[in-house]
Amino acid sequence: MTDDINSPGYDIPPEMQGQVAITTLDKIYNWGRRSSLWPMMFGLACCAIEMICTAASRYDFARFGMEIMRPSPRQSDMMIVSGTVTKKMIPQIVRLYNQMPEPKYVVAMGACASGGGPFKEGYNVVSGVDKFVPVDVYIPGCPPTPQALLHGLIKLQEKIDTQSIKTVRWYRREPLEPIPVPVLGPDIMDPREYTAIKNFAREKADQPLGEQPVIEKEEA
Amino acid sequence: MNEEILIQEKSDLERRFPGVVTVDERKGYEGYVVNAEDLVSCATTLRDELGYDFLSSVTGVDYFPDNQMEVVYHAYRSTGGPALVLKVQVSREHPVVPSLVSVFPGADFQEREAWDLLGILFEDHPNLKRILMWEGFHGHPLRKDWREAYHEEDGKPFKSRWPDGHVSRAEDKNVFHKNVDYPADFNPDTWTPIGDAAIYAGVGKIEHPVSETAISTDHLVVNLGPQHPSTHGVFRMVVRLEGETIMDLEPVMGYLHRNHEKIGERNTFLMNMPFTDRLDYLSSMSNNFGYALAVEKLMGVTPPERAEYLRIMMAELTRISNHVWAIGFLLNDLGAFFTPALYAIEERELILDIFEAVAGSRMMCNYFRFGGVARDLPEGVFEKIRELVFDRLPRKIDELDAFLTQNEIIRTRCEGVGILTPEQAIAYSAAGPVLRASGVPYDVRRADPYGIYDRFDFDVAVRYHGDVYDRYLIRMDEIRQSLRILEQVVSDMPAGPIQEGKPQYQVRVPAGEAYGRVEGPKGELGFYVVSNGKPNPWRYHVRAPSFINLTAMNEMCRGNKIADVVAILGSIDIVLGETDR
Repeated sequence: MTDDINSPGYDIPPEMQGQVAITTLDKIYNWGRRSSLWPMMFGLACCAIEMICTAASRYDFARFGMEIMRPSPRQSDMMIVSGTVTKKMIPQIVRLYNQMPEPKYVVAMGACASGGGPFKEGYNVVSGVDKFVPVDVYIPGCPPTPQALLHGLIKLQEKIDTQSIKTVRWYRREPLEPIPVPVLGPDIMDPREYTAIKNFAREKADQPLGEQPVIEKEEA
Repeated sequence: MNEEILIQEKSDLERRFPGVVTVDERKGYEGYVVNAEDLVSCATTLRDELGYDFLSSVTGVDYFPDNQMEVVYHAYRSTGGPALVLKVQVSREHPVVPSLVSVFPGADFQEREAWDLLGILFEDHPNLKRILMWEGFHGHPLRKDWREAYHEEDGKPFKSRWPDGHVSRAEDKNVFHKNVDYPADFNPDTWTPIGDAAIYAGVGKIEHPVSETAISTDHLVVNLGPQHPSTHGVFRMVVRLEGETIMDLEPVMGYLHRNHEKIGERNTFLMNMPFTDRLDYLSSMSNNFGYALAVEKLMGVTPPERAEYLRIMMAELTRISNHVWAIGFLLNDLGAFFTPALYAIEERELILDIFEAVAGSRMMCNYFRFGGVARDLPEGVFEKIRELVFDRLPRKIDELDAFLTQNEIIRTRCEGVGILTPEQAIAYSAAGPVLRASGVPYDVRRADPYGIYDRFDFDVAVRYHGDVYDRYLIRMDEIRQSLRILEQVVSDMPAGPIQEGKPQYQVRVPAGEAYGRVEGPKGELGFYVVSNGKPNPWRYHVRAPSFINLTAMNEMCRGNKIADVVAILGSIDIVLGETDR
């Protein structure tokens, strides 16, 4: 990467080489961000244990600039969703995501966070955190080994390298809307879907017992 | 205790409570059926006169469509011996059972769980509200006629994941493309959220102390978690404070409730084995052990000699890896941020290497099978274990001991904090290191031996102060005892087969019930399995030590300072996968 920054396509006179670097704003901006990704100290389940092992001395993700885990969402760049996301927990996860300042990234670590995993059929399990917050990198595994997590984080760094200051969402003119926090009702409810839920429940009342109503979901 | 006395006692019990207690005559079942109205008096007599003072497990079974609900109690003597199983039968429409909290406070959370998941009402329970799901959730999910949104079939293996050559996903069948379902005629516009009011109300029961001389202060309710770096996962506590002193504390859980039991009742027996890994994910081998024992009891098989040795070897390695982790993170909670934990994790990694070589996975071992284990030791692993057991681990444990045990800060912060007396520990059904640190030398490996633990020389570690420091010390002691067992295992390891009969995917399990329990690193881990002869268990319940040990949390914390809460929680050593299941 350092070589990358130093080779912008201009010839630097020999006497100034090693002292002056010419680069693009995007490159230096992304280089700074990708080299100090601070994860949020936030563990959900089994994957969190592997995340801790990745942070520990044997695998040591500090080598990639991620040594500082921040317990506060206000100071973190990246949320590693490490484990099964339950309906009871998802309001807190969305709230944490909303509290993180931009630029922010989400890594879905493991099968559960990516799509529900072995517990997908469970009544209290959200089938993937991407049902509620946008995810940048998915890491397969149950749980992913520390090597797999490191690989996922390196992929995230590669993604950061491709971003441009001109197009990133946090420098657009229009303000960013927070994600509506889901509500715990008789089941988890997305506030954007209240009308659909009402229609569904009304239809269900007319159905014979045990049958699920078949209606088209309204676009949010 | 010899067989004769036992038989004597069995007939005694019916004679002692005429018309109240009858022997459970169903084939494959054990224990006694008690009339609901006499349960409390019967339990009191059992506790006070017959010595069954440790209520290990409380759970319910839904015998749908027979219109019968059953509450099953497993009581033990804290001096050792087999279980006394009591059952109360009620109808499904009107499932009301008297609460045993007044006799065994340890029944508190378990009864709440049975109410939450099965809808069994416990009369006179002081705080009967949902514990794993949230207040306001529709239905009681473990009832057999309750179906979740992604329900496909009642039992696995499913007919086909690829009907007509097309993959079908559960999401596509749901209107919302999500795992949700709402009751008929539910209207979000007119509905009022229940929110956390019930939780906060739970800690408000204490009368404000009125004093003439002292300055009157308001009580403060503080919420900790579920996203907090020191709660060991998604655990939450609500604390009522007077100044800095804790007046009342309520643990709030369920943030990792991933429906282990409901999924387990749909899986085939063997399919549950990898799920047990994910209960207490720090010690998957121990979980495998407990579940294998329960199902083997039903099937009536015993593993061959080498498999028994391998099992104990893995279980004890697990205990060491769990305890070094627990010690490392207790120190983390005390403020020694990460350095001790790094040393602890280093040793754990070496044990994980062995697990990876043996089972193929670092954490989720899925190693035990009914009547044996999955694989034999690969080449070179035995030597690695020998080196660890005889050389590296004893050295490193002494090193940890030398650095930590006499440390002044640790002693000041831990000694005399979070005290649990032996009487309280038994009453609250605390298990494992928490129970033994309170001076009760109760270890399932000795009290009710399973596997081949009766062949090995080891001491039941016990400490007498019941504070955080003793709960730290006892883990050190237990690591040393585990090493002692491992030394014997490594020296005596026989050759031979590792599996009784042929390994099979679909085991035949005769109808009946069984309760298999092991001394897991966190405490007594029990599996209650009911089979009706089909490929799937009818009831599959986990007696989770992390969950039940938390019942005593309030008792340990009251009167301490708020800063000690995190240390006390760290000393209980919970894992949320097991607490919430």
